[in-house]
Amino acid sequence: MSFSDSFFAAKFGLSRRDLENYLSDALSRGGDYADLYFEYLATSSISIDESIVKSATQGVSLGVGVRVISGERTGYAYSDDLSPEKIRHAAQVAAMIAAGPAKVEKTALEEGPKRNLYPVLTAPGETAFKERVKLAQRADRAARAYDPRVFQVQVMYADNLRQVLVATSDGNLSYDRQPLARMSVLVLAKDKDGVPQQGHAGGGGRRELEWFQTERTPEYFAGEAARQAIVQLNAVEAPAGEQIVVLGPGWPGVLLHEAVGHGLEADFNRKGVSAFSGRMGQQVASPLCTVVDDGTIGGRRGSLNVDDEGNETQRNVLIENGILRGYLQDKLSSRILGATPTGSGRRESYEHIPMPRMTNTFMLAGESDPDEIVRSVPRGLYCANFAGGQVDITSGNFVFSASESYLIEDGKLTRPVRNATLIGNGPEAMKYVSMVGNDLKLDEGIGVCGKEGQSVPVGVGIPTVRIDRMTVGGTA
Amino acid sequence: MTAAAVAFDALPEIAQDTIRQAIAGGATDAECTMAEGSEFSANVRMGELETLKEAGSRGAGLRVLIGRRMGSSYTSDLTPEGIRFMVKSAIDLASLTTEDPHASLPDADELGSIGGDLRLFSDDVAGLSTELKIETARRAEAAALAFDPKITKSEGASFDSNIGGRVFANSRGFVGAYRSTYCSVSAVPVATLNGAMERDYWHTVARDFAGLDSPESVGRIAAERAIRRLGAVKMETQRAPVIFEPRVARSLLGNLFDAVEGRSIYREASFLAGKLGEKIADERITLIDDGTIPRLFGTQPFDDEGVPTRRTPVIERGVLKSYLLNTYTARKLGMKTTGNASRGVTGNAGIGHGNFFLEAGEKTPAEILRGVKNGFFVTELIGSGVNTVTGDYSRGAVGIWIRDGELAFPVSEVTIASTLQEMLNGIAEIGSDLEFRGSVSAPTIMIGEMTVAGR
Repeated sequence: MSFSDSFFAAKFGLSRRDLENYLSDALSRGGDYADLYFEYLATSSISIDESIVKSATQGVSLGVGVRVISGERTGYAYSDDLSPEKIRHAAQVAAMIAAGPAKVEKTALEEGPKRNLYPVLTAPGETAFKERVKLAQRADRAARAYDPRVFQVQVMYADNLRQVLVATSDGNLSYDRQPLARMSVLVLAKDKDGVPQQGHAGGGGRRELEWFQTERTPEYFAGEAARQAIVQLNAVEAPAGEQIVVLGPGWPGVLLHEAVGHGLEADFNRKGVSAFSGRMGQQVASPLCTVVDDGTIGGRRGSLNVDDEGNETQRNVLIENGILRGYLQDKLSSRILGATPTGSGRRESYEHIPMPRMTNTFMLAGESDPDEIVRSVPRGLYCANFAGGQVDITSGNFVFSASESYLIEDGKLTRPVRNATLIGNGPEAMKYVSMVGNDLKLDEGIGVCGKEGQSVPVGVGIPTVRIDRMTVGGTA
Repeated sequence: MTAAAVAFDALPEIAQDTIRQAIAGGATDAECTMAEGSEFSANVRMGELETLKEAGSRGAGLRVLIGRRMGSSYTSDLTPEGIRFMVKSAIDLASLTTEDPHASLPDADELGSIGGDLRLFSDDVAGLSTELKIETARRAEAAALAFDPKITKSEGASFDSNIGGRVFANSRGFVGAYRSTYCSVSAVPVATLNGAMERDYWHTVARDFAGLDSPESVGRIAAERAIRRLGAVKMETQRAPVIFEPRVARSLLGNLFDAVEGRSIYREASFLAGKLGEKIADERITLIDDGTIPRLFGTQPFDDEGVPTRRTPVIERGVLKSYLLNTYTARKLGMKTTGNASRGVTGNAGIGHGNFFLEAGEKTPAEILRGVKNGFFVTELIGSGVNTVTGDYSRGAVGIWIRDGELAFPVSEVTIASTLQEMLNGIAEIGSDLEFRGSVSAPTIMIGEMTVAGR
């Protein structure tokens, strides 16, 4: 596909010359660098509750964001109107961050290399609405059929297609078509006259609807959510204090996202305010740990052909055998630090300034047999699923909340445990990793990462891991 | 600004026309919401301007009913073509969804708007010069950096302002519009001691520039807060009294809101479902939702379904008096809406709160502190470990340990855990220091005992 056939050229008549002119406007007061981010986002979502379609929504938002960098300063403006006057106005507002005569030569835009990590043929939204309702109804039925104790089921199916175009004053012209689909199932179950408990499961990625019919079916997610709710009916209070903790494979990789990932985002390190600042080359985890952030895995929720600054995503090694190796860079940080961009510049929408962000963050597999890991623990906690986490990147303290966990007694999983928060300190916690399983698993594809008010889709993954010391925040 | 003002005045007519198009297209009922906003943000770090952001946007959302079937759509394109496409999208969806026996708009006699000047809008925000806004942020950061040599770095200080407008119209004759403003100053300094860093923040927010605290006080308080966290230790695991300072007590109110909003009630996804009229908390607890108080951030003249806002006692002297409802959840529960419908431009109306606050008690925070021999004064909570279904509560906490009635030494990397049920009944003290900042407000609260997990 050439530029003239691309979405914004075809639908809005944008030409290369238009883009070059807007960039000139943006740099008219002497900025060092400027970029344009055009976005057209079509979304659709349905939710079923009490077996009724309670909400069905679709819509469109579009706009362009203009950024100008002058030294360490950023000027930003956006418009939800793609008329030339409005775009030029936004460019002139963003240009105000610099004060002087224009100094950058006129830009000549070159298209970057092309690849397609998500060759989705039938775009989300093009599939008949009825098919999507059917999919959600299947999940509703399956969850109810799982066990008579299930009494509430809520199913959400949402998909969207984002068309983006990035043009930069250093000559990069990129465009991408980014599909994203997600199903989630929330189940409540109770014993007769008992206290309700909930279970949640979901997944998706840069996929089309067919994936939910063949790879990960509504019955799979529904069964998983119902199973978790039923398990919780017999849960006991979580222990309190330091424990041996075993993380199961997959979603518990959120540990890496909180304990390590955020602290390695280059903006915090440029400012010197991360607990990992100045620790490059130092031991920050046990030698068993190698952690990567990889935006290039086909079809994954956190993957992108190009990041939101027009750079190709890549596989970045963050920690190698326990040694801190790399930061996640966006354009601004890499300019200031003199580092190579890592394809990690992301933003929520055209209304937002890009920042260094994660894509799919996971730990590579080790050599231990997962069963052997559990057998090695005389007394501890096994965490199979998490509800989410948070980190204070400056002190390095992080938490994550277990939604499905079990006591380990004499090397066996025994009783399920109620919600417990795990807490640790980023550069310290992973030094206590003493076994890493051979069963690396990526999560199912429901992760959302929030930073400074911007949400982006991400993935995580981890093999079964034993951590010798971690504080568990229970009541028992 | 004049262009935007004219455009805003035109929105009610566009909203009503959207409704007419929907009815002409086969809808039996329709409602349209429109939002407009222009935002400004300046961030200063280490004395230098770092980012400057300025822009405006608008959007419209539509919900239609065809009998008992509902569909919704939204767009950021308010041209006639954009509106036509939005109307068609909603009607297409409604004709394909299933019937919902409780789907409907509010009755005509439930619609309306409270009178009087709510003072949500101030002209002075639009008139502020960019230089003044940057300088205000700079002053806040400078005060933080000058406060103590231990403040070595900063994530910066910001000035943010917003001028917004909301329009709502429906096919039962309601049309209303209002505009609002806010501005805020915040600072995030970093304190360092022996190579370990701690950060904290403070902010001030008001409807108008004149209502802001001085930028110097924001910087100073943020710096004080960051410094008092330095040298934190992890405590032994134990049961202890826990004091929530107002900033963290607000998050506890957020958890209670989740437990009393109608959706979680009719789904039985709340530990308070079915408890109306029962004593669920210590009798010193009176929790109010009031969307009518002039100038405050939880105030609006009508909710997002066109129902007047009001004052609703949620818990009165420990007794659960009311849930917070929109039209849908009220019909599900056989009750009346409490004027708490809340929505953005996309989707259907959910439930939000107005000014949601806990009534103040008698003692000052210092008096409460003096009565504690060994306890935990919490200044920040992180993580999402609150389960509204069961009431289970477990969160990461940062704060200061109390010894013999004094704030003794900082503590971090611990959790506090209990259940919301036990916490509500185990309230030991409520402070006199209620202050309205955002839309959720609480005084200092002391819980008699919780599990503090650490070493």
